[in-house]
Amino acid sequence: MATLLEVRNLHTTFFTSAGTVHAVDGVSWDIQQGETVALVGESGCGKSVSALSVMRLVDEASGRIESGEILFKGRNLLALSEEEMRSVRGREIAMIFQEPMTSLNPVLTIGRQLTEGLEIHMKMKESDARARAIELLSMVGIPDPERRLGQFPHHFSGGMRQRMMIAMALACNPSLILADEPTTALDVTIQAQILELMRDLARRLGVAMLIITHNLGVVARYADRVNVMYAGRIIERASAAELYATPRHPYTLGLLRSVPRLDEPRRARLAPIEGQPPDVTRLPPGCAFAPRCAYRVERCTEMAPPLEAFSPAHLSACWEVARLAKEIPAEAAT
Amino acid sequence: MSEALLEVRNLVKHFPVATGFRGAPLSVKAVDGVSFTLKRGETLGLVGESGCGKTTTGRCVLLLERPTSGEVVFEGIELTKLPDSKLRGMRRRMQVIFQDPYSSLNPRMTVGQILSEPLKVHGLIKDKAGRAARVRELLSQVGLLPQHARRYPHQMSGGQRQRVGIARALAMEPSLIVCDEPVSALDVSIQAQIVNLLEDLQQRLGLTYLFIAHDLSVVRHISDRVVVMYLGKVAEVADRRSLYEEPLHPYTRALLSAVPIPDPKLEARRERTVLRGEVPSALKPPPGCVFHPRCPIAVERCSAEIPPLREIRPGHWAACHLA
Repeated sequence: MATLLEVRNLHTTFFTSAGTVHAVDGVSWDIQQGETVALVGESGCGKSVSALSVMRLVDEASGRIESGEILFKGRNLLALSEEEMRSVRGREIAMIFQEPMTSLNPVLTIGRQLTEGLEIHMKMKESDARARAIELLSMVGIPDPERRLGQFPHHFSGGMRQRMMIAMALACNPSLILADEPTTALDVTIQAQILELMRDLARRLGVAMLIITHNLGVVARYADRVNVMYAGRIIERASAAELYATPRHPYTLGLLRSVPRLDEPRRARLAPIEGQPPDVTRLPPGCAFAPRCAYRVERCTEMAPPLEAFSPAHLSACWEVARLAKEIPAEAAT
Repeated sequence: MSEALLEVRNLVKHFPVATGFRGAPLSVKAVDGVSFTLKRGETLGLVGESGCGKTTTGRCVLLLERPTSGEVVFEGIELTKLPDSKLRGMRRRMQVIFQDPYSSLNPRMTVGQILSEPLKVHGLIKDKAGRAARVRELLSQVGLLPQHARRYPHQMSGGQRQRVGIARALAMEPSLIVCDEPVSALDVSIQAQIVNLLEDLQQRLGLTYLFIAHDLSVVRHISDRVVVMYLGKVAEVADRRSLYEEPLHPYTRALLSAVPIPDPKLEARRERTVLRGEVPSALKPPPGCVFHPRCPIAVERCSAEIPPLREIRPGHWAACHLA
């Protein structure tokens, strides 16, 4: 597998009335060709801003990408002109948002929204674009696609709109799709439909995916690798299998332990992570998770731990990772 | 413990919708014949997907909506026909906690004012010093500090705001609290804090909860019994253990199998019933069993005959011809 996207030491900052927010604070991650990678974290951790930075869609009025590199197929996207970037967006890298209703144009027909990109990016003739649009709608499981082309987004249900977003994302055969909370606004039975659909299509078409979510459960079934973010930094990265079985950061462990699980006996009491989420305008010195951490030692409040390899493919940013690892040993090699 | 605090009988709520010129009058059948009882000190979970009528059911119980028909008996009194003047006194005993604490707290009032105003309006505590003392007590009951009384809602985190929402409900010394998606807007790491708090308060104050949520894992954790709703109707009712371990309705089974489990190894082995299609419109619910168009085991009878809610095992009810 070759590296498709590599984000190196990215810093994206916002300037708000409450102060400067280092939304993405020196973050590095990558996606291999055809791979599905997850970016998991709670509100304000910088996961969405990471994706917007890749697309160079950070709102210029309030924020900017300060430094770093975003290498896509070897080209640094941050060095491209706006015009060059426009041919990457939607064509080579597509994006799916949480709220399909706000990202679809309410006054354009479904058909026009699909064919516009095809005509602009792929230089297709109107009739060819229409044929491709019908193909795309049936690919994402929208019945009666020819009739649907003439309808408007408000004629579609939430699940159908998200299928439509997936069709739009796939329109120009991108090699990477960034999906920002693609199923959070949907009901659980529809969530399952959409995630299965995304996985099947990604596999069939060989598209790589970045799934951004706050819910560790959602990605367990679908991600090859998982990055966990907290307060603008990646604090843990591993294969999905390893991360869930043997978490190597107290925050990941806390997240996994705080949610009730249907496959386990009901516990008398839930085990929450104590304290409040960090105030991103006023982060403490040292590790941002330290004030809530059960493993905290003095050093944690003085110096932020770097993201380091605990084992070859498992990275953690925690000074006390050895102590944590002793408590949750790796399963015997099978 | 076994005394019924709340009894909902054959509750119906239809919302008329505007129709075009000479169009036949249409109505959304948001709640269509729902019955359940809630014992004192119990937590009853009400689950279902958006549009199933769970929130409308909660609002009808609180008489925030007048039901189209049916009865709501609370502490022995039938509420649906009471005039507003009489309802006000009853309402004090039944409080509500909303999903989004930010939009349910007045942004121009401090937390102290938010908590003391209802004490004054309902004439519970006449003197100012007494109210201030009660506010301090309420704050400590929900795990906040006395100095939080001077803060405005926007100066607090989502979890702290939900604690204020809970304190406001407790201020009225209710016997019943309707919790409408109380944790779904909160960060995952905070949800467990609020669930634990609700459980502690229930034990300490003997509260009864109607817990409305779409998250089946949280509902299993907190509920003694669970009602599953689909398109305005009750699909299944059972105690927690029976419902999650031996679900009888195919919709309940599909819902449970759609819940993701944070364990890739288990997920890889897990069989999934992915339901076809989507929830139909409550304007024109399907004939027969409302679930039949999506049901993986539906037979001919299901599209013709409405399945009644039957007691299939003691205390375990399901509305399915094939259960």
